[in-house]
Amino acid sequence: MTKTVRIGAGLGFYGDAWHPIRASIERGGVQYIASDHLSELTLAILQKDRQKDPSAGYARDALPMLSDLWPAAAKHKVKFVLNAGGLNPRGAREAIGKLFKKNGWRARIATVTGDSVLERIDELRAAGETLAHMDSGADIGSVRERLLFASAYLGAQPIAEALAQGADIVLTGRVADAALTLGPLAHEFGWRWDDWDRLAAGLTLGHLLECSGQGSGGNFGSAGEWARVPDYANFGYPIAEVSADGSALLTKPPGTGGRVSFDTVRQQLLYEVHDPHAYFSPDVVLDMGTLRFDDEGGDRVRVTGASGAARPAQLKIVAGYHDGWMGTGMIGFAWPEAYAKCEKAAEVVQAWVKERGWPVEDTNVEYVGYNSLLGANADPTYRDQLNECFLRMTIRTKDRKVADGFGRLFPWLGLSGPPYVGSLKGVQPAKELLGIWPSLAKRGLIESRIETSLEEIK
Amino acid sequence: MKTPLWKIAHARSGDKADRADIGLFAFDAETYAVLKREVTKDRLARHFGAMLTGPVELWPLDNILALKIVLNGALQGGAARSLRMDNLGKNVAAQLLRMEIEAPESLPRLKKT
Repeated sequence: MTKTVRIGAGLGFYGDAWHPIRASIERGGVQYIASDHLSELTLAILQKDRQKDPSAGYARDALPMLSDLWPAAAKHKVKFVLNAGGLNPRGAREAIGKLFKKNGWRARIATVTGDSVLERIDELRAAGETLAHMDSGADIGSVRERLLFASAYLGAQPIAEALAQGADIVLTGRVADAALTLGPLAHEFGWRWDDWDRLAAGLTLGHLLECSGQGSGGNFGSAGEWARVPDYANFGYPIAEVSADGSALLTKPPGTGGRVSFDTVRQQLLYEVHDPHAYFSPDVVLDMGTLRFDDEGGDRVRVTGASGAARPAQLKIVAGYHDGWMGTGMIGFAWPEAYAKCEKAAEVVQAWVKERGWPVEDTNVEYVGYNSLLGANADPTYRDQLNECFLRMTIRTKDRKVADGFGRLFPWLGLSGPPYVGSLKGVQPAKELLGIWPSLAKRGLIESRIETSLEEIK
Repeated sequence: MKTPLWKIAHARSGDKADRADIGLFAFDAETYAVLKREVTKDRLARHFGAMLTGPVELWPLDNILALKIVLNGALQGGAARSLRMDNLGKNVAAQLLRMEIEAPESLPRLKKT
């Protein structure tokens, strides 16, 4: 029989549900779980953890996840590839090692490091990398002192190497999300790192798996159709059954909710993609224009036809920097004139802010229940007959105290504002705002620092 | 006739830095041809109006009957510095589905309703 490899989706973000992974392990026949714990911004949260405690800085949900799933994974010989290492893969291994020892579990755990470049900004600039903003071309000097993290997106090669060394669990920091899937595939099939079409196929599958339930019918953006996705409470995460030529069957574990169909798969394909004919990853550039999805029915979609072009000469670095504070206030009003009362409340708050002379750079006024999600495309037909409406106001300011004080204005409206008020359920503290700084650097400058190391826990 | 897109298509949106991106999908090939003709960059720029601070980009994908749409500068600088409730742009696709286009009554999804 021709060899196939089955990879199941893990988490899609830090804090996502891991209980659906059990079905993939126990009934889905997977050999790997590829689990994505890092969104563009998760590293900012992890950096704050690390500032408080140098042994932290990784995605802590990996611990309860493995604690819950490892006995089943070990029984079914399933390996985990996860980027839960965040800013501290070795710290994550330490913590997981302790957990495993406590339970008497054995595993070979690899770490991949070298992605974080926060401490190397000056060195990279000295080596000729401007690290200018990829879109605006702005000089990184303008945010240099405010950087909270800076990590390069690594590719699948170090993951494949860690697996070749015999790892049961591979813990990375920032890698391209899809590398968590491409790594195991390249390792299993021995794909060459210049076999662009196969790498592109692996990248496609990684992309289809990297958002957990969104690859199997979750968040199916539609009117009406979403209600036909079965059994949300028992969702199954997607699984790719891959052949050596890179073609694959996308499916999900039997007896689970969700849906894998032409419609759900193509929706995930284009998710958070820019130019679909040049989808960049560290390992290959994918052209989505030649892909074919054949829906075989029964939650089975055949994926073929990926074509790839040579990998980029540069790797992407995403940095985050402090960009002021957000103050938030919210108050709700019931019929009658719910919307008009929200408007009046907004007027009052704006007058109070002005009176205090607070340095506010931006003010955002939204009406929850009317336009807070649809913006200018909200339909105004029933605006003045709403049963209830909530005012949500946010401000941007450099002054943390102002952001804190802003929320404290809202309770005053309770006794000295318009009638039939609700939602006075506490005051929201200032929230730190972050800017994102994407840039590029020569591959060699980053890759020379990549290390994979393996430790056996017994 | 005029039809809102939600009757004939489905869509999902997401974010990357200060870009909101949308995949718009026709349920059938006939509808896809109409989407390709009617959903233009200009039309999109008008529909999203003041929300945009940058250009609209658009790619048709015949193989999956889809349009890939990118709205540059639509997220107040990005999810983590946005003041909006929908800082992640997840509802930008819902906004798009409210757009009305000119379409023949003979489209499969329009015949049904």
